Amino acid sequence: MRANPAEYELVAPGTLSAVLTLLAEEPGGWLPIAGGTDVMVQYAAGKLAARRLVSIWNLEELRQIEVSGDEVRIGAGCTYTDLREHAVVSREFSLLASTARWTGGIANQNRGTLGGNIVNASPAADSLPALLAYDADLLLVSARGERRLPYGTFHLDYRKTLLSPDELIRAICLKRRFSGYYAHARKVGARTAQAISKVCLAALGKIASGVMADVRLAVGSVAPVPLRLSATERRVNGKRIDGALLKSAKEWASTEIRPIDDIRSTAEYRAAVTGNLVAEFLERLAETEAAR
Amino acid sequence: MRDSEHQHGKRDISFQVNGRSVTVHAHAMERLLDVLRHELGLTGTKEGCGEGECGSCSVLLDGVLVNSCLVPVMQAQGSEVRTIESLSASGRLHALQQAFLECGGAQCGICTPGMILAACQLLDKNPRPNIDEIREWLSGNLCRCTGYTQILEAVEEAARRGATG
Repeated sequence: MRANPAEYELVAPGTLSAVLTLLAEEPGGWLPIAGGTDVMVQYAAGKLAARRLVSIWNLEELRQIEVSGDEVRIGAGCTYTDLREHAVVSREFSLLASTARWTGGIANQNRGTLGGNIVNASPAADSLPALLAYDADLLLVSARGERRLPYGTFHLDYRKTLLSPDELIRAICLKRRFSGYYAHARKVGARTAQAISKVCLAALGKIASGVMADVRLAVGSVAPVPLRLSATERRVNGKRIDGALLKSAKEWASTEIRPIDDIRSTAEYRAAVTGNLVAEFLERLAETEAAR
Repeated sequence: MRDSEHQHGKRDISFQVNGRSVTVHAHAMERLLDVLRHELGLTGTKEGCGEGECGSCSVLLDGVLVNSCLVPVMQAQGSEVRTIESLSASGRLHALQQAFLECGGAQCGICTPGMILAACQLLDKNPRPNIDEIREWLSGNLCRCTGYTQILEAVEEAARRGATG
């Protein structure tokens, strides 16, 4: 059933502090809406529980990408287009730039925001594994002040996060220390644009003295939350990449995830593909080393 | 009890449409798509899926391609909206429209306004896109008639003729 607009309120206070004041006065009473690529879909389907919304679209305070000596701070209101077009993000955080390219189509990239995707907390969001791989921090803000926490701790369970009802994500903070890593992102879905992934992988790694070092594997659509494959990482690090290792890595990765059967795919398929994607990444990592 | 039509009240929301200033009296959460079609009579903007998947309702909002089904009209306040109706001038088709016509890029016509506006923003950013760039740029616009080949040819042809967004 389509929603009746007369039953909804939408306000646009225009500044971050005014929005935070509103959220503080009535925590949980207002649902923030940025570019609407998720909220408006629920609204149109008549499935949006919130009746009062506050627009945070295009708030200047949330739309900056600040680059300092050792960190890049991406305002939570930056769109996927903003990410694609940013020189430092493209050069140093290619996993984020390439996953931004296959999030939705151009129109959704022009409106969808990184902060919105994090809060929407879909386990299938294409760009979130990249944030896990880069060990991103989130800067949260409320009228009470700011707090910073590792993004890896933010998702508690399916669509449950650490965000308090009076808080917004202010920025996503990335340490500038990954330019020397081999980066590899892959999406497996019905098609690249628009289609939601069956499995997506964002991976980083290095080879030092012939063995793998600091391999980082993060996957989407295979668990209730975007997932870092920490156990698989521990088992591959320090080892040489050969046929036997690739075979084991497939097994480790496919048993570390918690996939389900749903409209897009099956648990069995997701487990097989996750193993294959991890093996593909490791093979390429070995090739880049061989080519040096 | 208040009439549900006025629960949160309508308000005046002003923006530019195709170079003209308009003020609509609408609920803040009304979709820009509905306001364009029903309040302003601009029915060139089509509704397909209503959930941002198909691109039929694409318009340019401050020069940027958006799905108007996902934009609450209040977020258009103070902005400039361009719809397909803005493209032809004094009875002459825009080069993109002409190329779609000649190449068979339009069949049933439902996706065509969105396709052309997406191509418009592409040519605005990149006047000589290659085929991969055209494919990527139009990938959020679905067509169930043409098989896409004629659409891609039309955009290439328009670019060859020096069309701009």
